[in-house]
Amino acid sequence: MKTEETIAKKQTISHDRDRTGWKEKIPELFSRYGIFLIFLALVALMSVLTPHFFNVYNLINVVKQVSFIGIVAMGVTFVIITKGIDLSSGSLIALVSVIAASFAHPGDYPLFVPLLLGVGVGAFAGLINGTVSAKGMIPPFIATLGMMTAARGLALLYSDGRPIGNLSDSFLFLGSGDLFGIPFPIIVFLFVGLLMHLLLSNTKFGKHTYAIGGNEQAARICGINVDRHLILVYTLAGFLTGISALMLTARISAGQPSMGVMYELDAIAAAVIGGTSLTGGIGTIPGTMIGALIIGVLNNGLDLMNVSSYWQQILKGAIIVTAVLIDSRKNKKA
Amino acid sequence: MKTEYLLEMENITKEFSGVKALNNVQLKVKKGTVHALMGENGAGKSTLMKILFGMYRGGGTIRFNGEELKRTGPKDALKKGISMIHQELNPVPFMTVAENIFLGREPSYGKTGWVNKKKLIEDTQRLFEILNIRIDPTKKMKDLSIANMQLVEIATAVSHHADLIIMDEPTSAITEKEVDHLFEIIRSLKKKGVAIIYISHKMDEVFEICDEITVLRDGQYIGTKPARELNQDSLIQMMVGREIKQVFHKEKAEIKEVVLSVKNLSREGKFNNVSFEVRKGEILGIAGLMGSGRTELIESIFGIDPPTSGEMYLHGEKIRMKSPSDAIRNKIGLVTEDRKLTGAFLPLSVKENMIMSGLDQFLNFGYVNGKTVKRKCKEQVKKLNIKTPNLNQLIMNLSGGNQQKVLLARWLLNDPDLLILDEPTRGVDVGAKAEIHKLMSELAQDGKAILMVSSEMPEILGMSDRILVIHEGSQKGELRREEADQKKILEVAYQ
Repeated sequence: MKTEETIAKKQTISHDRDRTGWKEKIPELFSRYGIFLIFLALVALMSVLTPHFFNVYNLINVVKQVSFIGIVAMGVTFVIITKGIDLSSGSLIALVSVIAASFAHPGDYPLFVPLLLGVGVGAFAGLINGTVSAKGMIPPFIATLGMMTAARGLALLYSDGRPIGNLSDSFLFLGSGDLFGIPFPIIVFLFVGLLMHLLLSNTKFGKHTYAIGGNEQAARICGINVDRHLILVYTLAGFLTGISALMLTARISAGQPSMGVMYELDAIAAAVIGGTSLTGGIGTIPGTMIGALIIGVLNNGLDLMNVSSYWQQILKGAIIVTAVLIDSRKNKKA
Repeated sequence: MKTEYLLEMENITKEFSGVKALNNVQLKVKKGTVHALMGENGAGKSTLMKILFGMYRGGGTIRFNGEELKRTGPKDALKKGISMIHQELNPVPFMTVAENIFLGREPSYGKTGWVNKKKLIEDTQRLFEILNIRIDPTKKMKDLSIANMQLVEIATAVSHHADLIIMDEPTSAITEKEVDHLFEIIRSLKKKGVAIIYISHKMDEVFEICDEITVLRDGQYIGTKPARELNQDSLIQMMVGREIKQVFHKEKAEIKEVVLSVKNLSREGKFNNVSFEVRKGEILGIAGLMGSGRTELIESIFGIDPPTSGEMYLHGEKIRMKSPSDAIRNKIGLVTEDRKLTGAFLPLSVKENMIMSGLDQFLNFGYVNGKTVKRKCKEQVKKLNIKTPNLNQLIMNLSGGNQQKVLLARWLLNDPDLLILDEPTRGVDVGAKAEIHKLMSELAQDGKAILMVSSEMPEILGMSDRILVIHEGSQKGELRREEADQKKILEVAYQ
């Protein structure tokens, strides 16, 4: 495999002179496959630095923590691949949380009511995001910034600014239940991850997502209904945010209007660290999952080492910028 | 040493990645004259002017006002007394007319940097009075008509008190009345001893206003003559003079029934009342300069920007194209003129670039069948001789010619009845060019109808069975392959 690749590279170079050299290709290869190696190296590093890190209990804990943000980040990945951005996920989590919680008191409604309402509210907000940015020609940054502000306000209004507790056991299972000893959020994370990966890499919907981000004009000429597709992509992002919000609500046993602050940025960070390019057309779901895991391992490991949370933030910031730096280098030659 | 020339450019040479855009070109302009620079698209006129204005580096010497010009950039050129009206307008839309004119040299109170708005407006008014322009200096640039923007651009060039003003197609966006106004301005500038280099495709204008004419062709200097010694015919002869050296692989194909017929198609402000038909096995060439409306015409046919009036018939049935997907469903394919802007998905692979317009044929229950994709794409790679190490190579790593072939393959995978090719060989090397021409010929023999737009006369002449000539948005005429040559096409266009 390796040699085949090197040969391929050499051939390419000999075909055309104004192509970039082999050395400049390293970042590209690096950002494509290297992210997994970085993740493994980070795990190894943490295992060496702190004895409490590498054990089944802690590792499961890390993955569980990552699940929530990871699912949001998958939707954000679709959005960013189309060259868009979604700033509303954090506030949407709060809105979904309080609405779902208010329908999840024991004995009130069957379980499917809060669940459908939750993902429904998320998807509907996403639909608005998509429609406003695609049909209204408003940059997604602004459209979703508006949603971010409004959804937080709605959440506070709906809940009167107070948490909504007293949730049914069946609802709480979403956040704290196990299946075969594996926490339910992890199962959802992996299952949704698999589905989204298949959707993005192997379906018409996925290919069109890449096409729009790669060259919107060319996508139109290829007969792709760009507006409709963008609306669907934002709706999908809202839907996934809804799923995550339901599980988060169950985990803390209450609908919280203050929930999910800064989650949108963590989700974007996970996607970007995982190789999704803000210039559009580039990104994968496995990459984003690893990106989310990297953030999770970093948080957890540093926590275990008693590094102050101030330093943690500084480090996280540096990592995000480094990831984008690699990304921009890679795209410069285009 | 004193010469009669204000500007002397000699031995100017410029290469773009190995291709000579200018080869030992000279241009000498006398003080107080209007000097036309003529040539076909790609002859090197704009490149020469950009070198003069300091936007490009290039070999050769430039003497201006008797001293050698150090070419460090437009700022230096302006300081030395050369200003330029660019082909494309570059206004700052949300600033006022006055602010646009004095951008970067606003009058200020002393050295405070605080803009003296009163003086700014007064200066603009004075400038407009001299030029007899009636535009409110405090208006925002975005609220001006294109023609008025053009006048502001002209005023800006004059405001530099330059000895030489370069005008690159200054009349492309304005009406006849404003052209007269421009000519008035030019004449008064001439009286003051200002020299003007005038680039235009409009022959009548050139003969009306210009004193001398320099002709370039394919980056070569052809000659300079006083305008009164030339007429339209002899000028065209100078511009196209060459023999067609390239050999075109055009085999005879059997021309059968009509595939697409277009009747009185119009889009406001772009093209008017265009009617033609293209048949199975036929290559119909559309000749016209850039900006003649030819790209807009095919965009309308493909449903990108629907026509405002007129009718289209496909296989005799009336159709309406509301979007590209309508066109694709009707088995029409389009390779656009700008590969980077509207063609390739640069961050994606060769394979993904190929399948994007016809994904449905690869779907198995909504799932893209990787095996079929691979098989069909490999076929295309082989058929079109696309040089790529593998199908997963990113398209941006291929050469221009191979990128173009990938985009052709994208449409061939759909097995179209009508293939529209806008500048099929722009930015493509000679080898790939010949291969693409051969492929076009084969496709015609297979019974496909091909509509080709090209700025390259030899390509139009070499590949077309029939040639439709379009100029300034209207259909000027049609020529059969046998009767067409470069001179005829230009004559039809300018008639």
